[in-house]
Amino acid sequence: MANQNVKIVTLVIDGKDVSAQQGQTIMQVAREAGIYIPYMCHVEGLSNIGACRLCLVEVQGQRRLLPACTTEVAEGMVVTTNNERLRKYRQMIVEMMFAERNHVCAVCVSNGHCELQRVAQKLGVTHVRMPYLHPKLPFDASHERFILDHDRCILCTRCVRVCDEIEGAHTWDVRGRGTESRVIIDLDQPWGTSESCTGCGKCVNVCPTGALAEKGRATAEMTKKRQFLPYLTIMREEDWA
Amino acid sequence: MKPRVATIWLEGCSGCHMSFLDMDERLVELANKMDVVYSPLMDIKEFPEDVDVTLIEGAINTEEDLHKVRKIRSRTKLLVSFGDCAVTANVPSMRNEFAPKDVLHRAYVENATLNPGAPTFGEDGVPRLLNRARPVHEFVHVDLFLPGCPPPADAIYYVITELLAGNMPDPGALTRFGR
Repeated sequence: MANQNVKIVTLVIDGKDVSAQQGQTIMQVAREAGIYIPYMCHVEGLSNIGACRLCLVEVQGQRRLLPACTTEVAEGMVVTTNNERLRKYRQMIVEMMFAERNHVCAVCVSNGHCELQRVAQKLGVTHVRMPYLHPKLPFDASHERFILDHDRCILCTRCVRVCDEIEGAHTWDVRGRGTESRVIIDLDQPWGTSESCTGCGKCVNVCPTGALAEKGRATAEMTKKRQFLPYLTIMREEDWA
Repeated sequence: MKPRVATIWLEGCSGCHMSFLDMDERLVELANKMDVVYSPLMDIKEFPEDVDVTLIEGAINTEEDLHKVRKIRSRTKLLVSFGDCAVTANVPSMRNEFAPKDVLHRAYVENATLNPGAPTFGEDGVPRLLNRARPVHEFVHVDLFLPGCPPPADAIYYVITELLAGNMPDPGALTRFGR
């Protein structure tokens, strides 16, 4: 039953008057208004962390850019989601994601189904201006059904959050700093030796790139299913008593 | 005089040139609009002077590639990175996490069944590998990027016809990394 005490606020996004419920994020309200804001760490159904910075928007009166996924709407807010400055920053962020690891799209299991690849095309990224780091990274194929390819990981931590918030196992975490950061299993051990992993595959399905995939998938064969997430979240929130 | 166009194949698989040929009958139309003055599709040894447009397929992988790309840049008005290897270093860059000598040992000794032995370099041998395979624009200025593995024939046709018409095309809607 709808809460009668929900407060409605009105704001302007890209010159469009919109109304929203207090507590909603700029990202949610923009999406409802049909305005696309690019994102990578955000995924519907999980908590927002504002880590990837792709959804940065301008809010009138604020000197700094604010992430749309973690900023709540407020009465009278004036938001700009797309202009030359934001496009420039977003392109740069996507280029840095490509430069930091070894994303060889042509031979990736997620080629054609990858969110990073899609965002790059949407933002008009035709090349990467910073030198590629080409790091030497390990590959974990010790799990009987899944693989972890650090070459394709952009550290969005969707896997960490889905495992913690939805599955309740918290098998995944992050170790290290900066370019040395890696997603890890349990106490930084091979996936196949994990005792907390339930093998549910939610991490694989929320992963935006080819970093997590099912075994046996060849180039361009890995499609992800994440329609389940919003439903699961709603089920968890519902008061069944 | 028709615009002088060149294509070259450095560290790539020739797939981009195959895609070029996939323009099919449109090649006839293009042949009437431009002079192809240098290409792996024709028999010419020396890269000519005064080229209007050059499409480079492939990453910069050896000392010879580097020498060639510098010469091409100095003789070309408009340089196009043609395909993912030129744009991102793509598959050739997968050797970058290993030292060149280990790469050669793997290819020519460990995996060789006949006459195992790493090649010799320099005057009497093959061009020396650079430490890493890198995209073209990390060495010379590139005017236009045409990503894709390979870029589809439609994207190549669009880019060439626009360039011949004196426009700077944006092939973003027709191709992407890994296409």
